[in-house]
Amino acid sequence: MSVFSPAAVIAAPQVFEVKTLASRAATALPGSLLESALYVLLAVVWIVALLALTGLALIYLERKIAGHFQCRLGPMRVGPHGIFQTVADTIKLLVKEDFVPDGADKVLHVVAPFLALTATILLLVILPLSPILQAADMNIGVVYVTAISGFGVMGILLGGWSSNNKWSMIGAMRAGAQIISYEISATLALLVVVLFAGTLRLSGIVQSQADGWWIWRAHGVGVVAFVIYVIASTAEINRTPFDIPEGESELAAGFHTEYSGIRFAFFFLAEFINMFLVAGFAATFFWGGWMPFHVGGLDGFNSVMDLVPAGAWFAAKTSALVFLVMWFRWTFPRLRVDQMMRLEWKILLPVGFVNLFAAALVVLYGLYFFPGT
Amino acid sequence: MFDYFLILVFTGVAAAMVGVVLLIARVIAPRGWSRSKGRPYECGVGTIGPTWIRFNVGYYLFALLFLVFDVEAAFLYPWALVFREVGLTGLIEVGIFVLVLIVGLAYAWRKGALEWV
Repeated sequence: MSVFSPAAVIAAPQVFEVKTLASRAATALPGSLLESALYVLLAVVWIVALLALTGLALIYLERKIAGHFQCRLGPMRVGPHGIFQTVADTIKLLVKEDFVPDGADKVLHVVAPFLALTATILLLVILPLSPILQAADMNIGVVYVTAISGFGVMGILLGGWSSNNKWSMIGAMRAGAQIISYEISATLALLVVVLFAGTLRLSGIVQSQADGWWIWRAHGVGVVAFVIYVIASTAEINRTPFDIPEGESELAAGFHTEYSGIRFAFFFLAEFINMFLVAGFAATFFWGGWMPFHVGGLDGFNSVMDLVPAGAWFAAKTSALVFLVMWFRWTFPRLRVDQMMRLEWKILLPVGFVNLFAAALVVLYGLYFFPGT
Repeated sequence: MFDYFLILVFTGVAAAMVGVVLLIARVIAPRGWSRSKGRPYECGVGTIGPTWIRFNVGYYLFALLFLVFDVEAAFLYPWALVFREVGLTGLIEVGIFVLVLIVGLAYAWRKGALEWV
């Protein structure tokens, strides 16, 4: 039977074999040290390239989308349709003076952007972009995601505190209160997915959605968990309408008021990559990540869907979510601090608990679609 | 274990990347000091009083509540992981555990700890 006959393609749905860089390196490790060192190098090059390119693309997109939402054109001058605007801005930030204000805690002021960007890079490492493009795939994946995204707040808190500036201080305190509060709701939403998937490994979670994505397979609780996760993580990355820590009309620039030049760029980059990460993780947990749109049992339909490569599915889902988060910014006005806290502690948290127990009942009695597989 | 080793590698990579870029900036960016430039930016008005003062107690209350619920989430992860094996018994046990915390939340709510002042 020819490989190219349509019957062969349609007959059996594709089985995705997860071979991340780390697992390949681990199998190569007893064989040759050089080979595994090569894998590590490859992973490092890939993550750094991903960080730089996503950063450039997202900042350009944000400005273009903001422009078009307001009937403007956005950047147009540097390069065709302004595509080199971000590059020009990066160079500008690089040659700007980078100073520490008088009376600031010098060590912490320098260390804070390090912490913010380190948390972001450590999250990029575990994001599954396709069965192959995932640098590390740990067995505690979901816990790791929660822990490291909580770690990002340290950079903001230290940056604001060490600046010896009242705007920075207020912004940092607000950021701390906001991020830790919304982390609870994000965790409760992720617990719903862990209940359904029965694994914490990110590649395992994606593969558990081979019969359908959890957002529709989980009979309603998936949708609620998804909405809670998107709201909570928008708040965790300080995006509008939750940009209270850097509300420019009240706090100058919030926690990064005293940052200039390249260290401001690090905060800025971390913020944009975090947006990509939040979209990527929401897609992974609720929309199946790189898993094509499958319906359990419909093998013919599934194999047609498999014709689109896994990486393209991930890219499409993540871009859609990134656009959603950017859309929020031009749709919702900024919340007040008390409204923001009320939303979390009096609405999202109780709803999250009820949803978690509803999900437990759904899993217990197998009420979701295709429970047998 | 190799995955954890990679995480360690990337912690170093992140630090090295930021360090290298900082070094480049240090070489090509201008540096200088003047009295007015070093002052904290508070919209042009001279700063009054120290920055590091005692802060609103509201933040502290929310941090305490966060601690309770975050530790609770850490306990819920293993339960969610093995939920298919522990079944209804596990659900009831976790229900009792979470109920205690929810009573705590209700108490904090009733006492007004969730009101922002």
